[in-house]
Amino acid sequence: MRVVYALRRKSWIMPVGVLVLIVAVFLVSLHLGAVRLSMKEVWQAFSGNGSPKTDMVLYELRLPRMLLSLMIGACLSVAGTIMQAVTRNDIADPGILGITSGAGLGVVVLILLTSEDTKALDTVRQWGTDSVGASSVAAFVGGAIAALLIYALAWKRGIAPTRLLIVGVAVNAVLGAAIIVIQLLMDKGDFMRAAIWLSGSIWSANWSAVLALLPWIVLLLAVIYFKARILNVLRLGDELAQSAGLSVEKERRHLLLMAAALTGAAVAAGGGIAFVGLLAPHIARKLVGPKHELLLPVSALIGALLLQLSDIVGKHALAPSEIPVGLVVAILGAPYFIFLLLRK
Amino acid sequence: MRLQPGLDGNERSIDPASLAVAARSKALRPMLVIAAGLVVLLISCVFSLHSGNFDGSVGDTRNAVFHYQSNDSFRQIVWELRLPRMLAAAAVGACLAVSGALMQGLTRNPLADPSILGVTQGSTLAMALGLAFAPALSNYSLMFISFIGAGVGVGFVILIGMFSRNGMTPVRLLLAGMAMGTLLGSLATAIAIHYDVARILAFWFAGGVAGVSWNQLEALLPAFVIGVVLAMLLARSVTLISLDECTAQGLGANLTLIRIGGAIAVLLLTGAAVSIAGAISFAGLLVPHLCRKLVGYDYRYMIPGAAVFGALLLVVCDIFTRMIYPPYETPVSVLTAIVGAPVLLYIARRQRS
Repeated sequence: MRVVYALRRKSWIMPVGVLVLIVAVFLVSLHLGAVRLSMKEVWQAFSGNGSPKTDMVLYELRLPRMLLSLMIGACLSVAGTIMQAVTRNDIADPGILGITSGAGLGVVVLILLTSEDTKALDTVRQWGTDSVGASSVAAFVGGAIAALLIYALAWKRGIAPTRLLIVGVAVNAVLGAAIIVIQLLMDKGDFMRAAIWLSGSIWSANWSAVLALLPWIVLLLAVIYFKARILNVLRLGDELAQSAGLSVEKERRHLLLMAAALTGAAVAAGGGIAFVGLLAPHIARKLVGPKHELLLPVSALIGALLLQLSDIVGKHALAPSEIPVGLVVAILGAPYFIFLLLRK
Repeated sequence: MRLQPGLDGNERSIDPASLAVAARSKALRPMLVIAAGLVVLLISCVFSLHSGNFDGSVGDTRNAVFHYQSNDSFRQIVWELRLPRMLAAAAVGACLAVSGALMQGLTRNPLADPSILGVTQGSTLAMALGLAFAPALSNYSLMFISFIGAGVGVGFVILIGMFSRNGMTPVRLLLAGMAMGTLLGSLATAIAIHYDVARILAFWFAGGVAGVSWNQLEALLPAFVIGVVLAMLLARSVTLISLDECTAQGLGANLTLIRIGGAIAVLLLTGAAVSIAGAISFAGLLVPHLCRKLVGYDYRYMIPGAAVFGALLLVVCDIFTRMIYPPYETPVSVLTAIVGAPVLLYIARRQRS
């Protein structure tokens, strides 16, 4: 009994610890940036009597970007956790669903259509360069089409995990090829824009993006949390899940749909950030074990922390030029992950 | 490694003669399939030599190959451009397919392909560094840089696998490979973006076998031969591992040794392929799946089968790169994806759930 209690007590340490880290990074990062703010200035701004400049920097630039990076990280890592449980494959990540590459294709096509050379498409160009929204819409449409395509092709009286994975790989390969072809048609400036989007970067950091995503994400995460037990059972395998009284096919469909929705939200806001969805669930599993009641929140928090840190590093490491956050995630996350692999 | 049933005394009770007959009849189908593949490969090789912007009769092409004369421009084109290109396509396809087959067998994961071991990204990073800091390098030296990068990538992955506490389990190998690959690939992209060589890098890696020279081929021949021989030597053990690791271990297979041998073969083969032709996605994933359908699960047939069908895939795709949009070349990785994806989809849908 004592062991059980000890375990139960200890299980709270990890989420709380990660949460504390997130808050700490959050507080520190409020001070950092092109405009350096002192502790006092930040405090003044929050207590309602800051200068207009500090208010602007904090409320319009740093806070929304921070919140967005936290949300994207949480989305991707929860989606990754779901994918790994549903497909029972440790190297599955949300990218398998085709949303990332579909969205990438959508955005690359948009960039090509709005480039300086294609004079015929002036209206599209104006619309495309005026609002960041256009990229989000292109990303969303592309991602949705790709996900539907993969689902339709993998459907054969149900979705068998292995079939879903292989179909996902095949469709992703075609989308990747299309992206390469289109990218090679571009001039250098557009190529860079596309490359940066594909590597993932949080470019549309404003309150409307945050507010658009927030209710959506909170709702999804809440629903998914209540599916934790189902994820536990699904991970055991179809036969066991079925004999445990689970309607496997239906639950799998719902979970995949939710993973797709989360990934879509994240990709629309942050571009092709690839590695979080694979990495965060594994780190979380090393820290708290395989039970999804604990794994889901911890992996969400770790994903959020990872992306938050990466965004800060990407902003400052080579300032004034920014490194796409997706690259920083990999550069920071992979060594830690390798360390975990070596340790256990 | 005593893995042969019947030779180590475990299976004396079975009549050796009937076993041999059974084995022979089982071997017939894969042999036939591989032979058919070879014939088709030869035909497409001839077609590959013959197709291009510069037309000549079949007799001209034959003369060019067998009676080379440096004063005849058509013969020169065939001998100096098309022949090395065709050989490179075949070799690259064989390399990728064999290493994909090894990867899938050793890790028992249908998603494993050579790029997962960090090979491709290692060589991307080396290339990015080369292009950023020494832009004047020739193709020939870039090829070596890329090969060294591939080696470093795989080396890291193997080290990680070996030094983790509980040894090199397949999942750990895959995860280490993916982590390492993503790390190296991201560093490469960051360097490429920062030093403004991203587009050149993308061109190189979208790649293809156009412009391969004879001395590039010669330089990579040893890697190819050693890799294929190593793969064949490991074939029997890989079959066992791919079916069931515990059984393989129970039969006395040294799993760590086999995995390291496999990783070295993958390194040699993929390194050679990547440094000649850039990152050709998908061939390494697709061909083993196809071969498993055609020749079955025995890696003694799988590996030659993968070599033949991989070579066939790339030779055919390389012909298409010249035909789609002449005189421009379409990147061959685009074609492998377009040709390969429907085949993989078909296989995936045919499989019983």
